[in-house]
Amino acid sequence: MTALELAQKLRAKFPGLISEPSEFRGEITLKVSDAERMAEICAFAKQELGFDYLVDITSVDNYGDDPRFTIVYHLYGYGHLCHVRLKTNVSQEKGELPTLTGVWRTADWHEREIYDMMGLRFRGHPDLRRILMWEGYPHFPLRKDFPLSGKPTDVPEVAFTEPAPLEGGPFVTTAGGQSATAREPRVRVPETDSEGPAEPRRETT
Amino acid sequence: MADLREIQLPDAAARSETGQQLPDLEGEKMVLNVGPSHPATHGVLRIVLELDGEIITKARPEVGYLHRGDEKIAENMTYTQFIPYTDRLDYLAPLANNVAYALAVEKLLGIDQQLPPRCQYIRVICCELARLSSHLLGVGCYAMDCGALTVFLHTFTEREKIHNLCESLTGARFTTAYTRIGGLSRDMPPGWVEQCRKFLKEVVVNIAETETFLTRNRIFVDRTQGVGVIPREVAIDYGLTGPNMRGSGVEHDLRKTHPYLVYDHLKFDVPVGTAGDCYDRYLVRMEEMRQSVRLVHQCLDQLPGGPVNVPDGKIALPPKDRVLTRMEELIHHFINVTQGVNAPPGEIYFGHENPKGELGFYINSKGGGTPHRLKIRSPSFVNLSILSHLLPGHLLSDVVAILGSFDFVMGECDR
Repeated sequence: MTALELAQKLRAKFPGLISEPSEFRGEITLKVSDAERMAEICAFAKQELGFDYLVDITSVDNYGDDPRFTIVYHLYGYGHLCHVRLKTNVSQEKGELPTLTGVWRTADWHEREIYDMMGLRFRGHPDLRRILMWEGYPHFPLRKDFPLSGKPTDVPEVAFTEPAPLEGGPFVTTAGGQSATAREPRVRVPETDSEGPAEPRRETT
Repeated sequence: MADLREIQLPDAAARSETGQQLPDLEGEKMVLNVGPSHPATHGVLRIVLELDGEIITKARPEVGYLHRGDEKIAENMTYTQFIPYTDRLDYLAPLANNVAYALAVEKLLGIDQQLPPRCQYIRVICCELARLSSHLLGVGCYAMDCGALTVFLHTFTEREKIHNLCESLTGARFTTAYTRIGGLSRDMPPGWVEQCRKFLKEVVVNIAETETFLTRNRIFVDRTQGVGVIPREVAIDYGLTGPNMRGSGVEHDLRKTHPYLVYDHLKFDVPVGTAGDCYDRYLVRMEEMRQSVRLVHQCLDQLPGGPVNVPDGKIALPPKDRVLTRMEELIHHFINVTQGVNAPPGEIYFGHENPKGELGFYINSKGGGTPHRLKIRSPSFVNLSILSHLLPGHLLSDVVAILGSFDFVMGECDR
């Protein structure tokens, strides 16, 4: 039973919902067009296809594209030792999708981290609150429009978010530069340096 | 002045004897904060426990005290610049993290099969030394938390020797940053193999002595056997990996099922527990240490000569004498350092058998030298998620035994 066969079985069960499996570096990726059906698809994958281990749930911010967020699920089975990746998109306006804690209980903490870092809500999650940042933190740090150096916080004695003491000083590199040339340490004149949220990265090589 | 009323508050002991169920019994539960700064929590882990006497009724672990934003940082630097950050993930086994990250990026580049054999063998030696180091600390601190203070210092003498070996190999005792994309930062120094063999002879003796301290020690067995039992299905459902999962009876080791580097050429066994309790997890770690020693012996015997870097100058830095004298290598060096390795657009996931569990890197690349998204699938983060399910029903003193048997590290959990 290879990963490709399992992917085709999953595709056959949910026609029209799952794309052709694409392969890169020996890994099979399936795109799911409707994030709302994710729990159903994963329940089938777990019960019928033997994907009993949810390795990881990741969120990717495609800043500038619509839909803005991509959620990536990595599934694995201890029986057939095959690995499959499922991807689905969530737009910024919607901002939520159903939880998978009913299928795999490990999804609990992964989804809390996605909520914490990206701001995507999971409907039906038993306890959706921040996990890495403190409760009440207003921003979502892994989004592309959140700057690397952070934003000022209302608990300054707990979380130190002043720029580092030499930040922007002479011969010091600044974080968040768009290319290595921008990150090169050089004499900086603070008043004329532009600061502000990092722009969306556009790779122009 | 208010009237004085006499209020009768029967104490808990009296209440339990008579078996009275008072309606305000819910208010009698105590909330105890096993705070982030605690010697037995293996880092900065906070657990809010609700206790009924000594029995835990609810447990709520809170993580994130060591969150440093590694994933955000990774989006702003080249692949090579991120290597020192991987040291600081599981800071008890930094070599293993270095190897895991390098293998993940090499998988993205598609060169993971082209690594020179010497590089692969040295990386396996690094991983297994890291496993030895991590388990020595895990068992030592676990025993110390349970009260056996001697074991801690006993295992740390061997860890000191591993640190010395790391220092002569990589230049740093602890945060090694040894691997590079496409190879290693430097080759083994002369005489290292003999030092390593000498160490291996000594560590086997030490492991055997540690076993005599703990394995049949009545007190240790009473504290750990039957405590923190995780059935097989629960372990899989909660995504446990590594010795924790193998202690619960799941026969799975990434080095055997999806061999990377030269693990398919090496003979070793994978210990699997049966009961899924703390004692089994401890036994699995002890046996894994012996298997690591066996693996390092085989690697040292089979170690080939040759280069340690991929010959492609666009991926691994060309040798310095050519960089300084020839134009093409100079250009490769310059582009490699300033813009980073040119990774193709695409995404990969690579899971590595770390001492703590499965350390996975998911790299989503849109081309170029920096990743668009780097997610670190941390074993300690996932292992800790089971605590709110596992702890209720146990006694307060079992918390320390269970935390120690999980052998997590907060640097990895919080990233």
